[in-house]
Amino acid sequence: MARVLNIRDLRVHFKDAAPDRFAVDGLNLSIQEGEILGLVGESGSGKTVTAMSVSGLLPRDKAEVSGSISLDGQEIFSCTDKEMLNILGDKLGVVFQEPMTSMDPVMTIGPQVEECLKNHSRLSRAERRRRALEALDQADLPDPERIYRQYPHELSGGMLQRVMIAAAIVSRPRLLLADEPTTALDVSVQAEILALLKKLNREQGMAILMISHDLNVVRRLCSRVCVMQRGKLVEDRAVEDIFRQPRHPYTKQLIAAIPSRDRRLV
Amino acid sequence: MKKRADIFLCTGGAICLITVCIIIMGWFWTPYDPTAMDAAAKFSPPSLQHLLGTDNFGRDIFSRVVDGAGTSFVIALCVVAIGCIAGIIIGSLCGYYGGLPDLILTRVCDSITAFPAFLLALVIVSVAGPGTENIILALGILFIPSFARIVRSEFARCRELNYIKSAKIMGAGGFRIMFRHILPNTLPVLLSTVTIGFNNAVLSEASMSFLGIGIQPPYASLGSMLSDSQSFLYSAPWYALGTGGAIVLLILGFSLLGEGLQQKR
Repeated sequence: MARVLNIRDLRVHFKDAAPDRFAVDGLNLSIQEGEILGLVGESGSGKTVTAMSVSGLLPRDKAEVSGSISLDGQEIFSCTDKEMLNILGDKLGVVFQEPMTSMDPVMTIGPQVEECLKNHSRLSRAERRRRALEALDQADLPDPERIYRQYPHELSGGMLQRVMIAAAIVSRPRLLLADEPTTALDVSVQAEILALLKKLNREQGMAILMISHDLNVVRRLCSRVCVMQRGKLVEDRAVEDIFRQPRHPYTKQLIAAIPSRDRRLV
Repeated sequence: MKKRADIFLCTGGAICLITVCIIIMGWFWTPYDPTAMDAAAKFSPPSLQHLLGTDNFGRDIFSRVVDGAGTSFVIALCVVAIGCIAGIIIGSLCGYYGGLPDLILTRVCDSITAFPAFLLALVIVSVAGPGTENIILALGILFIPSFARIVRSEFARCRELNYIKSAKIMGAGGFRIMFRHILPNTLPVLLSTVTIGFNNAVLSEASMSFLGIGIQPPYASLGSMLSDSQSFLYSAPWYALGTGGAIVLLILGFSLLGEGLQQKR
């Protein structure tokens, strides 16, 4: 199977950090077509910086990046700005942690979901609208016609996260980058969003890179898990193996930290 | 706090509406020709014939005030338009892209602000000669930095917001992000800046005309009328009161509107 995302020897160093302290330190990672990969680790382990490198959001004047990232066969570090704009949104969709702040407050939902299409295709207005409504429907939102006309403040957090997902999948990207998409939501909504992501993966064959610090979320959703610590990849195995027999001591600690019914909190 | 903002907005809006209506009316009709002199009616106090009395040439002060306010209004509007549009362009580019051009343009704006504004306007007008267009140009240039600075800070703030990042990730180009996504979000701030700028423009134009480098006689201008009325402060106090009152009313309306908008934010 083809690799949708292939990261080779990625190193990210922030200019204001100590010279030997890398935010991401020689990371190798790849995602196959149709795979859901979980990237876990504590805060500051380099998960989000990895995601930002893939989506080209790292501030160029503050970060030094080396290595290679290829997205659907295209090397993104050698892209011009214009080529990068063509990749973003078209091959890569991104869902952020905070749905409430990820939508433009003065724009209705419709145009925001259509953003990708507007930037990447020459579809007519009616066609864009049809695709946007279809995406909202795929994201399991009730009454897409009405939501299309609403403003972000009229929707709940869970609904907004669905809208974000709709906006990310509207141009049918090869890879969906989900940076802690459920962290800001309550548990029941969390489960629904996870089910939605799983459905999209199954129905559209879209690969998902799921970034999370919540191992329960990863366990439910992902087929493979990568564990990061201090910018390095410490373990990369199938999800069952990692939960049954964690090899790296850090992974063991992470798994031991999952709250469970049997263990009492002191 | 909200309630006070509402009161400000309502009063300000009402005053603005009335003054703007009178000004628009003045473009088509005034009770008397603002420049027609009437030797028989020199210094007549306010009466039903002359609502605000007449001046030393027997001209109807009310007609002149309405006419002068119209001129001030148009000038202020043009000045704010120049300052606002140029300020938005400079401010948005500086705020969004940053870097060396930002540094240079910000310093240029700072140095314009460092000059006493009035002195600079005087220099421009004395080089280019007095006249409505030159006043608009001079004041317009002076007003660019204040807009540019506010737009810049708003753009620099918005640039880091999540929804701008997500627009970026969806492949939106720089201009689309700046003008379709960020600009509408800066409108509340921009709007109150516009009202404040408008007030300053009215005042600046009046002061320039007061000093005789603004609108030239025989055309009416609130500033030059105020300057003329000084000599007759005791013999014909209505001259100064009527003219000064008009300036106060014009500015008060927009001040209240601006204040209300700012508190609403």
